Amino acid sequence: MRPVFVRPNALKNVPFRFCPGCHHGIIHRLVAEAIDHFGILDRTIGIAPVGCAVFAYDYFSCDILEVAHGRPPAACTGIKRARPDLIVFSYQGDGDLASIGTAEIIHAANRGENITVIFVNNANYGMTGGQMAPTTLLGQKTKTTPKGRSASSDGYPLKVCEMLATLEGTTYIERVAVNNPGHTKEAGRAIKKAFKVQLENKGFSLIEALASCPTNWEMSPAQANMWIEEKMLKVFPLGIYKDTSETKI
Amino acid sequence: MTNDFNNKRLMIGNDALCEGAVQAGCQCYFGYPITPQNEVPAYMSWRIPQVGGIFLQAESELAAINMVFGAAAVGARAMTSSSSPGISLKQEGISYLAGAELPCVIVNIMRGGPGLGNIAGSQGDYFQATRGGGHGDYRTICLAPGSVQEMMDLTREAFDLADRYRIPTLILSDGILGQMMEPVIFSNDLNLFDDLPEKDWALTGAKGRPPRVIKSLYMGEGELEERNWRLHDKHKRIEMEIPRCEYLNTEDAEFCLIAFGTAARVARSVVYLAEKEGINLGLLRPITLYPFPKRPIKELARKGVRFLVIEMNLGQMLEDCQLAVNGVTDVFFYGRPGGGIFNPEEILKVVKSYL
Ligand SMILES: Cc1ncc(C[n+]2csc(CCOP(=O)(O)OP(=O)(O)O)c2C)c(N)n1
Ligand code: SF4
Repeated sequence: MRPVFVRPNALKNVPFRFCPGCHHGIIHRLVAEAIDHFGILDRTIGIAPVGCAVFAYDYFSCDILEVAHGRPPAACTGIKRARPDLIVFSYQGDGDLASIGTAEIIHAANRGENITVIFVNNANYGMTGGQMAPTTLLGQKTKTTPKGRSASSDGYPLKVCEMLATLEGTTYIERVAVNNPGHTKEAGRAIKKAFKVQLENKGFSLIEALASCPTNWEMSPAQANMWIEEKMLKVFPLGIYKDTSETKI
Repeated sequence: MTNDFNNKRLMIGNDALCEGAVQAGCQCYFGYPITPQNEVPAYMSWRIPQVGGIFLQAESELAAINMVFGAAAVGARAMTSSSSPGISLKQEGISYLAGAELPCVIVNIMRGGPGLGNIAGSQGDYFQATRGGGHGDYRTICLAPGSVQEMMDLTREAFDLADRYRIPTLILSDGILGQMMEPVIFSNDLNLFDDLPEKDWALTGAKGRPPRVIKSLYMGEGELEERNWRLHDKHKRIEMEIPRCEYLNTEDAEFCLIAFGTAARVARSVVYLAEKEGINLGLLRPITLYPFPKRPIKELARKGVRFLVIEMNLGQMLEDCQLAVNGVTDVFFYGRPGGGIFNPEEILKVVKSYL
């Protein structure tokens, strides 16, 4: 019998320890499928960020570097400049990439570093217990916005794809979601595209994946998927924000 | 290894330091502008590409040290440089480098502090450089050049030490040594250690081997404690194997100066001045600040030698000297902070007041 659904080689044979309904697991799998698809497992270096994805080194079967909070784009720059033959992906949460690491992501993007960034936007800080992130929606209650985020004191949800698309240095920027099978399929295609851009030496690619954090959102997994559909998509529309991969040489 | 220059050249310290890095086969340099180290990135920007290396001006010192982190993780010889305020920013990264046991070279061309301070040469960062500097229980090797020649030679050696012990290695210098011009001799014998360990930990892609992880997070029960004990064992080995200092006129001196870097240059003049006046004055110059050369100081103290520590700060290495002497004899101190520098006559007067 031919198996139709197997664990990708790029994932170790261990169960994820994310909370039930957390999208990190799905996004890990899509990254692993892309690595398998291009047959690059033996020359890929991944980043384990500070955040719920820090245990990436327990799950991926490629070499992994754990990097300080927000600094993965700088570390990836060091890796890729020293060893351009290696394929490098960063994997970062929204606290990591859009708050403490804003300078690092903007400048890596602006330099057009030939790396692939997977940006997981779950609208809060998961690991530390659900505080406000730069991506938290207006009115969204978190541990540090008990009455809901207010624009007047906390500012507005930071739109990373929209911002990075304005930089001349970037090549491929897309926002995806994995809250239903259709979106997940699209997300898989986008992540493969982002790796392809790097494989063709075409520069900086970033895929933002809207993701659930049912634990800190205090929702069931099904409710969390609905919340993404009804609330997050309005503020963070899906789609390709930039694609100059055809014109870049 | 060959270099394009004739054997002897007149150079400033910051440029000589770059040549030391090039001789060591430094493959990547990441920096950010700050006075008085600006000559380092400027020199590296043209010099390292000549030998096939990478130069990149980072967006901040935070980014620069993390670029070093990435490059070191894939096995490249990498260096960054800065001056005091920038070195403070790098401390997060230095702690991660130490935790992950990644070799690299970090240069501090010290200026006056605290805060933005001033841009004059100073030795105010001794504590930060010799106590780890960032968070957690760790040390970094710290070398203190005393001449332009040593800016080159110790930088070259720093890469070997870093690789040998898998540890971030600091060059602690200052704005005076960085800007000062002196003749330097390019050595022909560049391989200091030919027994350096294979980088069998580097992230090079999991080809024909199990995947590797470089990390500093150890969450399992007792894991981090065990890890810290291992680092401790390594530090003890370093303390046994590489302390180094220079002696001047210490054989029959009953009074001895202790100074490093620029302050030691002044101290050397004091020794010669004293000699002319028939005063037997010695100088002990620590070259490794971590590991601190405790034993030679202890031995002099046992012979009854008394000490004057002079520093361009308010008494930092002083504490290491006091620990080494451990109350056996007197340890006096003279220092000037904030970019202040003493002259030999000034020091000799202080010496005489204790004789
Ligand atoms: C310098 C520093 N500041 C703060 C922390 C604490 N911290 C750990 S995880 C985290 C937030 C992670 O949130 P995010 O990046 O959104 O990832 P998620 O956990 O949601 O996947 C923070 C602030 C840290 N480890 N280091
Ligand atoms: S806290 Fe949130 S982001 Fe972290 S594993 Fe749980 S659900 Fe996922």
